[in-house]
Amino acid sequence: MNERLALTSLATPAPAHLADDILVEVGLADRMAPLETAIGTLWVAWNGCGVAAVDLAEDGPAAAVRHTATCGRRTLVADVLPAALARPIRRRLAGDRSARIPLDLRGHTDFELAVWAKALEIPFGEVRPYGWIAAEIGRPKAVRAVGTALGHNPVPLVVPCHRVVRTDGTIGQYSLGGPGNKRAILVAEGLDPDGLESAARRGERLIGSDTTRIVCWPTCRHARRVSGAHRVPFRSLRDAQTRGYRACRVCRPSAVELAA
Amino acid sequence: MDDTALANLLADDLDAAFEVLVRAHVDRCHAIALRVLGSHHDAEEVAQDALVRAYRALGAYPPERIRELRLRPWLATIVVNLCRNRRRRTIPPSTPLAALVEAGAEPRAAAAGSPDATAQRHDARHRLGALLAALPERYRVPVVLRHVDDLSYTELALVLGRPEGTLKAQVHRGLAMLRAAAQAEGLEELIA
Repeated sequence: MNERLALTSLATPAPAHLADDILVEVGLADRMAPLETAIGTLWVAWNGCGVAAVDLAEDGPAAAVRHTATCGRRTLVADVLPAALARPIRRRLAGDRSARIPLDLRGHTDFELAVWAKALEIPFGEVRPYGWIAAEIGRPKAVRAVGTALGHNPVPLVVPCHRVVRTDGTIGQYSLGGPGNKRAILVAEGLDPDGLESAARRGERLIGSDTTRIVCWPTCRHARRVSGAHRVPFRSLRDAQTRGYRACRVCRPSAVELAA
Repeated sequence: MDDTALANLLADDLDAAFEVLVRAHVDRCHAIALRVLGSHHDAEEVAQDALVRAYRALGAYPPERIRELRLRPWLATIVVNLCRNRRRRTIPPSTPLAALVEAGAEPRAAAAGSPDATAQRHDARHRLGALLAALPERYRVPVVLRHVDDLSYTELALVLGRPEGTLKAQVHRGLAMLRAAAQAEGLEELIA
């Protein structure tokens, strides 16, 4: 049958990228592409489920190897991050918390997800201690585990774990390029890490206003609005409460255990 | 690997085996969509969508059901249904075949000098693909499944839900229309 021979020639192969596109779409493989930002080149890994990782790296193939070692999926280096992801990521990095970024956080524990979700609530240009997250997620004694979960955050900057500082007020560790980078990112958000640390050393863990009698974390936008003459520093929430102050309902300072 | 073995692998560990399914079936899913729709862009989208839907369906099926699946006709069914939805949304892109035949489209003159055999074959395939895409859907889909994808009539009946006898007649009629159109196009070297 001649017809059959001729029509079989129409069974041409699919474009080479199609199989990979399908595996990425269902979340069995990832792509990784660069995004230029103020702190350097971010390599963003994603698949059909969402953004799976963010890594600071000069070298895409090296970032891809690291990502595969972490998640176990094949990682294909791409030239360009799709605009549908690049746009909301840029907005999020600029402080817009309403930017919707789908995340692929499969394989992580409910505890880690709760910690990261809570970190997402911290506004641009503000910080909270590890103990605050522990208290907010109903695990007040799990401060160390909160630190570990933040260290495992696969999407730093997108989930702003850099806005979580040590309970003693020092800036603390950072997974994306170390503590120096954490300070630089906080400075870029308008904070003064050295000033925060020296205030904490002086025992100024919370700031109250003697007009409103409300006490806040020092970087809460309500605390920063209090003028010098009305600023009252406190060592702890209990300290403030015995003086008749109540906790700010926005930043919710918690009775975290403070190391000396 | 045959499809029964592959179905067993998928039933045992979908995530581990799905890549094997994709690599084994992506070309034929794409070829069916391309020859039914006649558009490379649409064919890529449909083939991707079909295999993504297959993954989600397999994820929802109990293992016994996956083991019993006949993967070739099952995937062809997904592709054909997606092609049908897409056709419904868009205006048919190709010239109606009847008009083409009646116009008695001018056969191409043979290239002067020594013809490049590969280019000629590529061109003939392109024109044959255009003729196939212009066939009425009722004939085009069975012809593609039978002669491009090489499914059996039993499998065609599963995919299209029509009796085998009807399908044989539709394929026969479709080929006759193609042959007539090919002659009008001067493509006798491919369809005689």
